[in-house]
Amino acid sequence: MHAERHAIPGTTPFDGAMAQRGYELNAMCYSFNDAENRKAFLEDEDAYCAKFNLTEDQRRAVASRNVLAMIEAGGNIYYLAKLAGIFGLSVQDVGAQQTGMSVDDFKAMLLAEGMEA
Amino acid sequence: MAEILGGVFTSHVPAIGGAIAKGLQKDDYWRPFFDGFPAISEWLSEKKPDIAVVFYNDHGLNFFLDKMPTFAVGAAPQYDNADEGWGLPVCHSLQGAPEFSWRLIEHLVGADFDITTCQKMLVDHAVMVPFQLLWPNAKEWPVRVVPIAINTVQHPLPSPRRCLALGHAVHDAIERWDGDERVVVIGTGGLSHQLDGERAGFLNKDYDRFCLDSLGPEPEALVDDTSLDIIEKAGSQGIEILNWIAARGAIGGRVVEKSRNYHIPISNTAAASLLLERA
Repeated sequence: MHAERHAIPGTTPFDGAMAQRGYELNAMCYSFNDAENRKAFLEDEDAYCAKFNLTEDQRRAVASRNVLAMIEAGGNIYYLAKLAGIFGLSVQDVGAQQTGMSVDDFKAMLLAEGMEA
Repeated sequence: MAEILGGVFTSHVPAIGGAIAKGLQKDDYWRPFFDGFPAISEWLSEKKPDIAVVFYNDHGLNFFLDKMPTFAVGAAPQYDNADEGWGLPVCHSLQGAPEFSWRLIEHLVGADFDITTCQKMLVDHAVMVPFQLLWPNAKEWPVRVVPIAINTVQHPLPSPRRCLALGHAVHDAIERWDGDERVVVIGTGGLSHQLDGERAGFLNKDYDRFCLDSLGPEPEALVDDTSLDIIEKAGSQGIEILNWIAARGAIGGRVVEKSRNYHIPISNTAAASLLLERA
């Protein structure tokens, strides 16, 4: 409701509704602070996701590596970044994927902003 | 009476920690950002603070969504850093100032701030990157620390006005402290950036300049906006300016700008550093 009152394009404020929807997915991502858990995820992704009771939407989003779908399923970027880290993805890789740009184009866009400063 | 020396403000992008670990400070990409710090480090070695009060936001190292405090004040004898999941080296621990923390906590609750107190608290890159920038190559951190975490993760977020008021209350508590410690205030994060959604990569130089220009002389200019207004102007994670606003409040009174640096991009972020000395 908060978000509807103040819609910001391309942005999903992580409010109570999202925090409830995404709890399991974010809990799994939070567990990735621990190297043992990152290893367990890589060894058996299905089993690891099952252990955290991911919803079907969350499981599909993780399987597809689609960050926008993870956000739609309630993922919060601070926690999702730990999942991205497992795949060696930086926030620029993640930014490129979400904006539909190549990573090079995404980085060039940021550098161009600096040139105009 | 404790003395407030001033405030240091800096971005805390994790990649900065990676660049430090790899020794990339002089690289073309990084130098324009790191150039902002020698002046601040010199000021710190001249002023020799004993205690740093650090306003920051936790990124899912100490706090999860099971319990998410709006304002959390550290009261630990020691604060450890830990693995955050993406390969930053773990920094050595910070020494706390629990007697100072508890006096601060007593004052804040007495002033109607319903804070959470933490006798155990891991601190993430939002504390450790600034410490590495301010005291490069330090074998032992030269200050004891009181970390104050502000929720920038889960809405509703505290309002900018409330964060400034929290800073003012912290200021009053330090002024009432009967020790002779010298205190530096640190605000970390920002400036404009957004990591999530179709708007990822969003930056706003005009708003950043407004923040840098206003924070010292008229911080009240920053608190007419709601937190959602700031997210619209500065990006989802640009909301970390709340840490700067609270830290500015904690300096109190008038300040003199001693150093400023602004550089785009560091990772996805418009990165900045600012030194405000108490007038």
